[in-house]
Order: sequence, then structure tokens, then C-alpha cells
Amino acid sequence: MSAPAKPLPTPAGHLPRLIALWLIAIAMSVPFLWMILTSLKPLQEIESLNPIPKDWRPDNYTRVFEQIPYARYYFNSIFVAVWVTTLQVFTSALAAFAFSRLVWPGRDSVFKLYLATLMIPGVVTMIPNYTLLVKLRLLDSYTGLILPAAFTAFGTFLLRQFMLQIPRSLDEAAEIDGASRWQTFWLVVLPLCRPSLVTLGVFSFLGTYGSFFWPLVLIKTEGLRTLPIGMLFFDSAYGKQTNLIMAASLMSVLPLIMAFLCTQRLVVKGIQAGAVKV
Amino acid sequence: MKTIFNADRRHLGPALLFIAPNFLGFAVFTAGPVLWSLVVAFSNWSILKTEPFAWTGVANFIELLGDSSFWLTLVNTGYLMLGIPFSIAGSLGLAILLHGKLRGVVFFRTLYYLPCFTAGVALMILWKALLNPEFGPVNHMLEGAAATLGADGWRAPTWLQSTANLLGLEVEHVGLSLRQWGVGARDAIITMGLWTAIGGNNMLLYIAALSNVPEELYEAADIDGASGWQKFRNVTWPQLAPTTFFISIMSLIGGLQGGFETARVMTEGGPAGTTKTLAYYIYEKAFTEFRIGYASAVSWVLFTLIFAITLMQWRWGAKNNEE
Repeated sequence: MSAPAKPLPTPAGHLPRLIALWLIAIAMSVPFLWMILTSLKPLQEIESLNPIPKDWRPDNYTRVFEQIPYARYYFNSIFVAVWVTTLQVFTSALAAFAFSRLVWPGRDSVFKLYLATLMIPGVVTMIPNYTLLVKLRLLDSYTGLILPAAFTAFGTFLLRQFMLQIPRSLDEAAEIDGASRWQTFWLVVLPLCRPSLVTLGVFSFLGTYGSFFWPLVLIKTEGLRTLPIGMLFFDSAYGKQTNLIMAASLMSVLPLIMAFLCTQRLVVKGIQAGAVKV
Repeated sequence: MKTIFNADRRHLGPALLFIAPNFLGFAVFTAGPVLWSLVVAFSNWSILKTEPFAWTGVANFIELLGDSSFWLTLVNTGYLMLGIPFSIAGSLGLAILLHGKLRGVVFFRTLYYLPCFTAGVALMILWKALLNPEFGPVNHMLEGAAATLGADGWRAPTWLQSTANLLGLEVEHVGLSLRQWGVGARDAIITMGLWTAIGGNNMLLYIAALSNVPEELYEAADIDGASGWQKFRNVTWPQLAPTTFFISIMSLIGGLQGGFETARVMTEGGPAGTTKTLAYYIYEKAFTEFRIGYASAVSWVLFTLIFAITLMQWRWGAKNNEE
């Protein structure tokens, strides 16, 4: 938030506002609390009205790993997300550099073409991409999960906006010192872009980590399932074991909560600057 | 400035090298597929090869118009989008509550944002359990409350298992009936959507927009003796109009192509297909029936709808800039 951060002591007139804030806070957190408490119940207490377990069962969490290849899902999700994020950030930064720091004929027309594709809905490209991957024999593979998601017009757009704000005199100074364009990119421009690179990285990671449609249609082997797909099948196969399902659900959102708490300022600023397709 | 023409030529080669990785990926996985799907939409192409490949002209589009399950998914998509105004109003309300100096603002903002940030399969499974008609805590609470009020034996809604809805929409054909009036799967999905979205990205956008409203406007309104509501109506609301417009457009676009994940995880499209949206219809045609040509045609219908909304945004945005 851009407002000056000077929290004042709460005057009495703020009481109704505080009550409203707390009521909403409760409404937002009660489902999460129920999820945590249920994940710690034994099976026979699931249907009990009392939300607090009588018999605490933290071993539900280890049982999830015994019943399904949960560690494998975790690894797959994180492996794919790290690859997609790295490729997205790197290729976007390269393209953004050419769109913002270099002047060349046709630049703005090509950039407009990029922008225009931002409104293409995912389903339009997914069907052809699926048939393309069938032809390339990449169904049911990490490459198939990673490659189509690795290039984004959106990331290029975001980083270009940021790079345009960096003073051009820096490039010129680097050039006078005899830096090549690669060195200007790598040693001058990129380090200055760090906040926007992290913002893009966080959003790429989140988007891929939670991605559902693509892995659902692409992956057939159990060992290649990502968390959302693993969770989907776990829920339909073991639907009655609500305690284990909740333990698994909680573990799958935990990395997101940690990531948010670590990058909160950048994430909030990024969204407020239009860094995400709402 | 005098060297700009030389700069052009000098930069072309390196620029193309810098763009190449992104551009190749973009051409192969975005630009190419879009054109390909437009072409295939006019054919009967199927992965299962049940019939020989043929160019079928507009046959896919004609079949679509005559398919009642397409119209049902269209109605469902529209019904789920009825939640959008409530979601936007909720985000605005939370942003106003969070705006201004108060101890603990960041704590509340973080808490409100949590459902949006963690949204996905895990939270859908959570809501499915919460709304379970027999064992879920929601119905335990509702029926418990009803019993204390003396309405013993009152049955709470069966939520995700019910085709009832607040408008009383019929399932078999497009129409209304009292029998269908009630709370059902679609309303449950809207409720979950509101819980997920009101503290989410839209709220953050509104918070940013609120802090950009010039303080003088409120001071002037105070001098004129405006009430809280008048200040909202005549200062805040008009000042936020561009943000509201942007959020509305984005929500419409999102709503038109949304609903697949929720339905797949929570209801598998049921009961009686009442939670299937356009995106779900396309998924079924493409990935369970493997009718690639037909599914491409439907995806282009969706694209056209989205494009029309985007055009509206451009028009309005351009007009706004002139003023």
C-alpha cells in the first residue's frame, strides 16, 4: 500500500469497524480451522458435532504418505513449477530487453501482436497443443507439462513495463565502457529488475503449482501426477476418510501460505500494479 | 536523435536474438495453435478417427445450436456469473473497511487474502466436505439451529447434490418452475466463489485505487456537510469507476471461461449437468469424446464472446482517455 504506514492508536469511534473486520476475519478463517482440526481427528470422530478432536492424531499426516505417493506428487508439482518459472522468467526477460532497451524496425508492431494474444482464452490453445503433443509423443511426460507453459506474452509485457522505467543513460554508460549487449542485459539491466523478476516468478510458480486442466488431460501415469491431480483422485478414491483428505489438502496449500508470507509486499504491489490477470 | 536510423539497423540482429526463445515458444504454443484451431473448427477431425476426415463447413456450429446440453451449459455459466456483482461489491466493502489508518490492517488484509491465494483443488475438496449433507458441519449447524428454534425435522439443503436454485430454473428445458426453487449446487458454488474472491485480487485493486482518491475531494465534501453515504456516492464511487470497470470486464471474461475446475472436483458436472459450464462442455467434447474439430468450434464461440467484451473495454477505455 502506498499510504504512509503510520498506524495510529484505535480511537473509540472505530469500534463498529473493528467488529466488522473481526467478523469477516472469522468467516474467512473458520473453514481453515475446521480443516486443521478435522485433519487431526481419528476416523470415528469425523461425523462428530464437536469440531475439536478428543483423540489427537498427528500421525494422520504420515499416513497420507503411506496411502498415496504424496511425496511424489509434491516433487512433481515443485519440479514442474520450478522449471516453468525459470524458463518463463528467463525468456520473458530476454524478450522484454529487446522490446524496451533496443530500438529496431517493427518493434512496436511485434509487441502489439504479443499484447493481442493476452485475451486468447486458454481452452482455445489447449486443444491444438494437446494434439501437437500427441504428435510429438510428449503426452504423459514432464516435458509435456513444462514446455507449453514456459513462454508467456504476459511476462514479457510485465517486465517490459518495468525495464522502460530504468534510465537509458545506464545502457549508454555500459556501452561506452565497452560492454556487449549481453553484458548490458545481464550485468546492468537484469539486476535492477530484481523486484519485478521476483513478482513474475511468484505468479508463474503459483499458476503452475495450482494448474489443473493441463496436467489433468496430459498425465495418465500415477507417478507423474501433480498435487492437484493427485488430490482429485485421492478424494474420489478415499472420499470417506475426510481426516486424511484434509491433512493432504492442508499440506498442499502450506507451501503457498509460506510463499505468500515471505513475498507479501511484492505480491500485493504486483497485483496492484496490474501484474496479474485478475 | 540523429543516430536513430543507424541505431535501428544496428539493433535489429541482437534484438531478434534476444526475442528468439520467447518468440519461438509463442509461435509454436500460442499463435500457431490459435490459427490451427480456427481451421480445424470447420472439419470433423477426431483423434479416435471414428469417421474419415472431412471438411464440414459450418456443420459444427449448426450442431452446436441444436444441442440442448450446450444451452444448459450456457445457462449454467450465466447463472454462476450472477455472483459477480456480489463479489465486486464485497471486495469494495472490504477495501473500504481496510482503507485508512488502523492498527492491524496488514493482519486483516493477509487473512482476507488467504482464500484467494490458496484457491484450487484443496479448497474445493474442503468445501465439498463442509457442505456434505450428512456429515458436513454446515448442515449440522443449520439443522441444530433449526431444532433449537423448534423446527425439528427441518431438512437443510443437500447443496452440491441438488438441482434446485434461487431462480427456479428448470433442468430439462429453458424455463422456470416453483419445484426447482431452493438452494442447490450452483448456489453452493457461487457461495464458495464469494468466500474465495471477495478478499482477493479485486480487494487489493480497490485498496490501491482508494489510496489514490485525492484527499481534497473528501475535505470539500466535509465542508459541504456531506454525510458518509453522500461522500461514498458522490466522491468514492465515481473516483473508483475505472477500477470497477476493469474488475467487471476481467470478471466477465473469467466467468465466461470458468467453472471447469470447480465442477470437475466438486460435482463432476452434476447433479443432472447443472454445474457444467461452457469450459466443461469443451473439455468433454475434446478430452472425453476426442472430437477435436467440434471442440475447436465451440472454443471459438467462447473466444468470440470474450473478444466482444474486450472490444467493449477498448472502446470505453479510449473514450475515457479522450475526456
